[in-house]
Amino acid sequence: MTPVTPLKEVADIISEEGGEALRLCYQCGTCTAACPWNRVRDFVVRRIMHQGQLGITDFEDEEVWLCATCNNCVKRCPRGVEIIDVMRALRRVVTELGVAKVPDSLRLSIKNISGLGNPLGEPEERRADWARDLDVKLYTEGTELLYFPCCIPEYDPSVQKVARAMATILKRAGVDFGILGNRASCCGESVRKAGDEGVFQHLAQNNISSLTELGVKRIMVSSPHCYHTFKNEYPALGGSFSVVHATQYLLEIIKQGRLKLGKEVNLKVAYHDPCYLGRHNGIYEEPREVLRSIPGLELMELADHGEDSLCCGGGGGRIWMETKSGERFSDIRIEQALKLEADVLAVACPYCMLNLNDSVLTLDKGDAIKVRDITELVAEAL
Amino acid sequence: MGSEPRIGVYICHCGSNIAGTVDTEAVTEFARGLEAVVLARNYVFMCSEPGQEIIQIDIKELCLNRIVVAACSPTMHEATFRRVLEKAGINPYLIEIANIREHCSWVTEDRELATEKAKALVGAAVSRVYYHRPLETRRLPFTPATLVVGGGIAGIQAALEIADAGSPVYLVEREPSIGGHMIQLDKTFPTLDCSSCILTPKMTRVGSHPNIELLSLSRVEEVSGYIGNFRVKIRKKARYIDAEKCNGCGLCQEKCPIKTASEFDMGLGKRKAIYTPFAQAVPNIPVIDTEHCTYFLKGKCRLCEQVCERGAIDFEQQDEVVELEVGSAILASGFGIFDPTPIARYGYGRLNNVITSLEFERLVSSSGPTGGEITLKDGTTPRSVAIVHCVGSRDKNYHEYCSRVCCMYALKYAHLIKEKTAAEVYNYYIDMRCFGKGYEEFYERLSGEGVTFIRGKVGEITDQAGSNEEKGKLVVVAEDTLLGVLTRVPVDMVILCVALEPPPDVAAMARLFNISRSADGFFLERHPKLDPVATTTDGVFVVGCAQGPKDIPDTVAQASAAAARVLALISQGEVEIEAATAVVDERICSGCRYCIPICPYTAISFDEEKMVCQVNEALCKGCGACVGGCPSDAISLSHFTNEQIAAQMEGMLA
Repeated sequence: MTPVTPLKEVADIISEEGGEALRLCYQCGTCTAACPWNRVRDFVVRRIMHQGQLGITDFEDEEVWLCATCNNCVKRCPRGVEIIDVMRALRRVVTELGVAKVPDSLRLSIKNISGLGNPLGEPEERRADWARDLDVKLYTEGTELLYFPCCIPEYDPSVQKVARAMATILKRAGVDFGILGNRASCCGESVRKAGDEGVFQHLAQNNISSLTELGVKRIMVSSPHCYHTFKNEYPALGGSFSVVHATQYLLEIIKQGRLKLGKEVNLKVAYHDPCYLGRHNGIYEEPREVLRSIPGLELMELADHGEDSLCCGGGGGRIWMETKSGERFSDIRIEQALKLEADVLAVACPYCMLNLNDSVLTLDKGDAIKVRDITELVAEAL
Repeated sequence: MGSEPRIGVYICHCGSNIAGTVDTEAVTEFARGLEAVVLARNYVFMCSEPGQEIIQIDIKELCLNRIVVAACSPTMHEATFRRVLEKAGINPYLIEIANIREHCSWVTEDRELATEKAKALVGAAVSRVYYHRPLETRRLPFTPATLVVGGGIAGIQAALEIADAGSPVYLVEREPSIGGHMIQLDKTFPTLDCSSCILTPKMTRVGSHPNIELLSLSRVEEVSGYIGNFRVKIRKKARYIDAEKCNGCGLCQEKCPIKTASEFDMGLGKRKAIYTPFAQAVPNIPVIDTEHCTYFLKGKCRLCEQVCERGAIDFEQQDEVVELEVGSAILASGFGIFDPTPIARYGYGRLNNVITSLEFERLVSSSGPTGGEITLKDGTTPRSVAIVHCVGSRDKNYHEYCSRVCCMYALKYAHLIKEKTAAEVYNYYIDMRCFGKGYEEFYERLSGEGVTFIRGKVGEITDQAGSNEEKGKLVVVAEDTLLGVLTRVPVDMVILCVALEPPPDVAAMARLFNISRSADGFFLERHPKLDPVATTTDGVFVVGCAQGPKDIPDTVAQASAAAARVLALISQGEVEIEAATAVVDERICSGCRYCIPICPYTAISFDEEKMVCQVNEALCKGCGACVGGCPSDAISLSHFTNEQIAAQMEGMLA
């Protein structure tokens, strides 16, 4: 056996980027037991932590790109190690020092985001096309609310219905809102997790400038990823805005009486807690309250719900990476929803929608279950 | 000696601690030039025998009547040098320490700066000591009785040691019987001694000791006073049994028709509404549980009264409050255990056969609800058991500390299960902490008994079967970190080794006795290494798990240590009171009473007749808060007078 010697410099770099909390890891293995990857393959999170402590990480290993940043391990870690930050640090080393290859599909998506502001590589001027016949105005100074849909609802044809549903609801409720249109670029949350700090900073500065120039005070987002970065990461870069997620805002206008839900939606609906709403930001009740406000709707709880929600697999930049068939968390999630005999699996995140829809298609369960965003369900009750 | 101050200044090198940075020769030369300084010297270790002798000889030969020692912090050696002055025949308060180590040589490497600062500090000390006046340390008589709070092994040991030495002890216990948690245990590690067998003789001795008054089913309600002179109010709750008449025959318990969950058996067994918690209870007098007794709830029954041949049942009995005078108190209030219900993925409270360590102790005890048979809820014997270490311990989300005893009792459980059943045993650990005498050997013994050790913190305990072998079982999910694989082991029973916590009333107790708690919630000792049983409140000691999780040998050692400290106080017969206390000038005091809430030691009281405030010198710690707070400037602090402080500042800035 070739003995291994710790590499102090590498350990230091990882510790610097991943936070000094990595030093606290006492190798208990809670993270490995918590990680959803171990339901479908081997992923020994604990070993990656110790390799990081010793500076002997194999940067060429595909393991560097597995973490979907679902936060299950971080929440349970008895020593408070910021495991997601460590994973991000490893990816930064690859991205910035070029010690290994960045997965192709990820590289392409980030290239698109960097050049055109969106992962699909679509033209910037087409960002507001989803709203063309809905009479949605651009945000100007003094508009009450900025609606920031996220690149996926804005550009992806299969998810545009979510943005359209929201616009319809806002108009019905008489909310004075606007969108950024082609002034918006990707919020950058997943880019940062995928290790490209440079592109993230660029995106954030771009967005912060636009938002500040327009005097934006309050932003409502459809994606928990946008929510997360606007709320928790932009302030350190000079952009402090009041952020609210779509489900929170919907509950607000329902309670204020501005939005009336009169039509019955007689469906059995299981709610899938998104990692970035639930575990990352503690928002569990509001989405459920919105669903309960829809007349005729029966709310069901999946196994692995709430704090234990099973990640769809889309976080950490993995939405832009290949996941082998048979290793997809979203497949397991669809099976869980089918077991409950739910009509609808309700989501509150565009990435969850993409992944879960994909699973429904590949598992060929389109007749048995539908994936809908909460926004869509609310729109059905108008 | 004369009344003119004649000052001797001594600069210590402290080896190289001071002299390595401060130019001690220069400071000595500087000191020689100060007003009223008769001589200045420097020496390598002033606190040593020869160093102390130098001072003594100089005092005698040169008629010095004020001393300045420039050295380490006064917390280190002010007491040492005060004794030197006493031996030399002058008042111990005529000395001032200049801290040129912790405040000077230890905070900079710059020689020039350090020397300049040392000179300033010495100058300040010299100016100040000029205005020192002799003060008398007063002595107060010490009440030889001791209060021991808590009747577990810690309290029992302390009480017996003090009582055997001939001094009276009041032992207050919250439960109907003494014995604490130790009497709930089956065997004790590493010797596997039967816990009751080694504890009950001590309990009996306590119950019959002429010097111990046992107040069971009682709580401390009020504490006032100070070391040597505490006054405590104890509430003796009503048992509804006349202790004088009861002979412990047990007939009332036998006949009582009401059964309810037994707290002693952790809810696994039953007791009656009139009950003694366990058969060897001391005192062996039952108590009526008014929340379940039919008479107290509905006014009916009274069966116990009918069958009692001694007429000992007294439904009209009231609580009794007694006032005791004691000289010191030993807090031996023990521990509580962590409730693992919040750790949802461990399934405690939701899944059958996931139990805590204390519950297992009762299960495996011959005096327990199953007579010592290890059974599942349905009465069958488990064929496999998982023992989970570190539940609620070593975990930022619950308790950061290690509970110290769990690795050892986990091994004990593994042994007992192997002994009594043919079950497979799996211990899930992060580290094996076997630090005591015979402990590592015990671990080796257990390894030899065929127990499977899996290094990994358990992630989940689930009843969701993933395969046929897992159906109907509890599946323990954990990474085996030594192999780097995730493991799933189906078992019948899971024992959670839960953290030891301070008992629920710890905050109230700390307030009553005016002591602090450390960050982990347990009572705070005076010094973690050198003074583990004393607290910052003189006369109040903490022992056993009340101070922090520990095993029985360490508990007994601490109890004996505290007993020794108390006996030392008792044998001295008096207690020395710090002379630097606050004094109210009654001519100036307007009686506004602003000072009273300011005092953190409740040392100030208001004299209704004279309409002025007065300081209790025994309680006063000389903190000076009242001096600063008095709007009339009516309070002064001996040894910290305005004159002395002003002189100190002038000397520093000269």
